[in-house]
Amino acid sequence: MAFAAFATETAKEQTPRRGGKIALLLLVPGLLYLGLFFLVPLFSLVFTSLQAPSGVNFGQFEAAFKIENYAVFGQYSEQILRSFLYAVLATVFALLFSYPLAYFIGVKARPWPLLQNLMLVLVIAPFFISFLLRTIAWKSMLSDESPFVTGLKAISLLAPDAHITGTPFAVVFGLTYNFIPFMTLPLYASLERLDTRYLEAGSDLYAKPFTTFRTVTIPLSMPGIVSGVLLTFIPAAGDYVNASREFLGGTGTAMIGNVIESNFLLSNNYPAAAALSIILMLAILVIVLVYVRVSGTKDLL
Amino acid sequence: MAGAFAEAGADLELVDLHKRFPGFTAIEEMNLVIPAGSFFALLGPSGCGKTTTLRLVAGLEEATSGRILIGGKDVTETKPYQRPVNTVFQSYALFPHMSVIDNVAFGLRRRGISDAKGKSHEALALVELDHLSARRPAQLSGGQQQRVALARAIVNRPALLLLDEPLGALDLKLRRQMQLELKSIQDEVGLTFLHVTHDQEEAMTMADTVAVMNKGRIEQLGAPEMLYELPRTAFVANFLGQSNLFTGPVSGTTATSIAVDVEGTRIVVPKARAERHTGTVTVGVRPEKLTLHTEAPEVDSSRNLLGPGRVIDVSFSGVSTQYILAVPGAGTVTVFAQNMGVGPLVADGAEVWVSWSVDHGFGLEDEAPPAPRFDADTDTATIAVQKKRALMSELEEA
Ligand SMILES: Nc1ncnc2c1ncn2[C@@H]1O[C@H](COP(=O)(O)OP(=O)(O)OP(=O)(O)O)[C@@H](O)[C@H]1O
Ligand SMILES: [Mg+2]
Repeated sequence: MAFAAFATETAKEQTPRRGGKIALLLLVPGLLYLGLFFLVPLFSLVFTSLQAPSGVNFGQFEAAFKIENYAVFGQYSEQILRSFLYAVLATVFALLFSYPLAYFIGVKARPWPLLQNLMLVLVIAPFFISFLLRTIAWKSMLSDESPFVTGLKAISLLAPDAHITGTPFAVVFGLTYNFIPFMTLPLYASLERLDTRYLEAGSDLYAKPFTTFRTVTIPLSMPGIVSGVLLTFIPAAGDYVNASREFLGGTGTAMIGNVIESNFLLSNNYPAAAALSIILMLAILVIVLVYVRVSGTKDLL
Repeated sequence: MAGAFAEAGADLELVDLHKRFPGFTAIEEMNLVIPAGSFFALLGPSGCGKTTTLRLVAGLEEATSGRILIGGKDVTETKPYQRPVNTVFQSYALFPHMSVIDNVAFGLRRRGISDAKGKSHEALALVELDHLSARRPAQLSGGQQQRVALARAIVNRPALLLLDEPLGALDLKLRRQMQLELKSIQDEVGLTFLHVTHDQEEAMTMADTVAVMNKGRIEQLGAPEMLYELPRTAFVANFLGQSNLFTGPVSGTTATSIAVDVEGTRIVVPKARAERHTGTVTVGVRPEKLTLHTEAPEVDSSRNLLGPGRVIDVSFSGVSTQYILAVPGAGTVTVFAQNMGVGPLVADGAEVWVSWSVDHGFGLEDEAPPAPRFDADTDTATIAVQKKRALMSELEEA
């Protein structure tokens, strides 16, 4: 499982071996990749974000050092805050949903490897269908005409004029749903290696099941929690599909991704879109660094 | 029980305890009473069910049937954290994400005992590891981890302490020291210890009562001297020390003794020391009770005599020398002789007789002979000796 790489325990510190010519050679493809697909786009993004309108016609820009472009931050602060709020909510819900699931697959189902594999396949199965299709499917399932919504209205659990799609609820729901596998798999990878003898030792030392869970299970699965949270939070904060009006969002649910998208594709305001992208990137970087520092898993970065 | 240490040890009672794993019976009908404050050792070969017994008592395994009582209270249905029991696990099971001191303080904190840190430092000092209290378990050696596991259990002063081979990873000197330490903790607080080991010497020196376990059942139980002097089965006779065993029909009985005919040799055993007095009986004697003679001795009726035989191996082990003899009709006989003089009493290949006091023999309760006897010349001991010879000559040639 590729995700296992994310959840590895504290790696033993090893002194690097000398004579690393071959190691350097092996690094070349990776470095080339990094240069081509990360550094070049990054510089191009920074470059674009500082461009100024060329004034000839709409949508044409020329090289400049227009730092004022970053003022869009103030203009869209609402969407930025909303992005992080939704991403945090989706991450928390995904964690609450995934932990018991991963615990069941990785610990409780150990005597039945077949069940374990079956459940893992079910976790991954949604990936076999396009992410867009699945989100569209949810849109129709949550639409006003769907049996689910009409049913809720029939039993008065939902006001007659209420909607689900287009609400923050639908967006957070969609984000949670779409990122659950990214949360479950790293959690599974670390819980699968949880040695249950520690849990026995805990209960032998007078710890009730919940105390054992809090003091032993959670700390031992921390690497999985940290990587699951990062793998969910980072893409969720930048997501523009769930919140867009074509999918689960509405007029009041736009996230930063939607703003960047419309600036890029609709208003052709490339510098503003690029500046917003960079702001998003920096904000995520700061949040992740703080999070990793607080959760005490420095080895991950 | 929150907030305070056990005042004294509690007794442990196992009633018809039975444990079956899918397709495998690990414990069969175990009945056992361990009095409060005693040091009880459970001795047995690997895989005989010692750890399973401890896990049942600790509540980590559910009994298939039977009951477990601690201090008179039925705890069969209670959870591990509710039982006044702590375990030193065979695999240590130290929490890898906690420092040594946090590991030791874990149980105290759960019970809300004051000054958990101070008490934990004391417990660590007891096992001479206080200077490493800030380390993680992964930064300790195996023996150090084992001592931390010991401290982590002892610090709780449980009414019943379960020790699963708690000294297995220690060197001899440290082991002796820890044995004394354990013994003094047990005496001081009067806790009940259930100690699992496969080191028979450890079991005999430390325990008030030793139970020898085999294949999921207790073969024999008693004070160490009693168990050694009067083993009841061939398994006990050979697991606890070594024994020379001879099988034959009872050929004569007096008021106080029986005589067994072993291929023509008469071996007399006191009735009081024999489990069965009729039929085919296996009798035995400990190797150190035998006296070697280089010529046929005159013996009276108070001694048994075997011989002549041939010495097939002499091995020196410091305090004593072990001689293996091939005695026609009786198979191989092992003799331990104290090294009082210089050099062995007899050389390899010498013709010898052995004798022993009738009072030192014992009779087993086993029905059938312990194992099908091999021909004298293909006996495992003989094969081992032949192999050794071949190897030696090969080495000399090389
Ligand atoms: N969970 C289990 N499922 C099936 N069989 C088991 C299980 N646990 C133990 N056993 C079997 O029960 C028997 C007793 O095991 P146990 O661990 O009690 O042995 P032990 O006496 O402690 O041995 P050792 O001295 O090697 O530690 C073994 O044959 C083992 O294979
Ligand atoms: Mg064991």
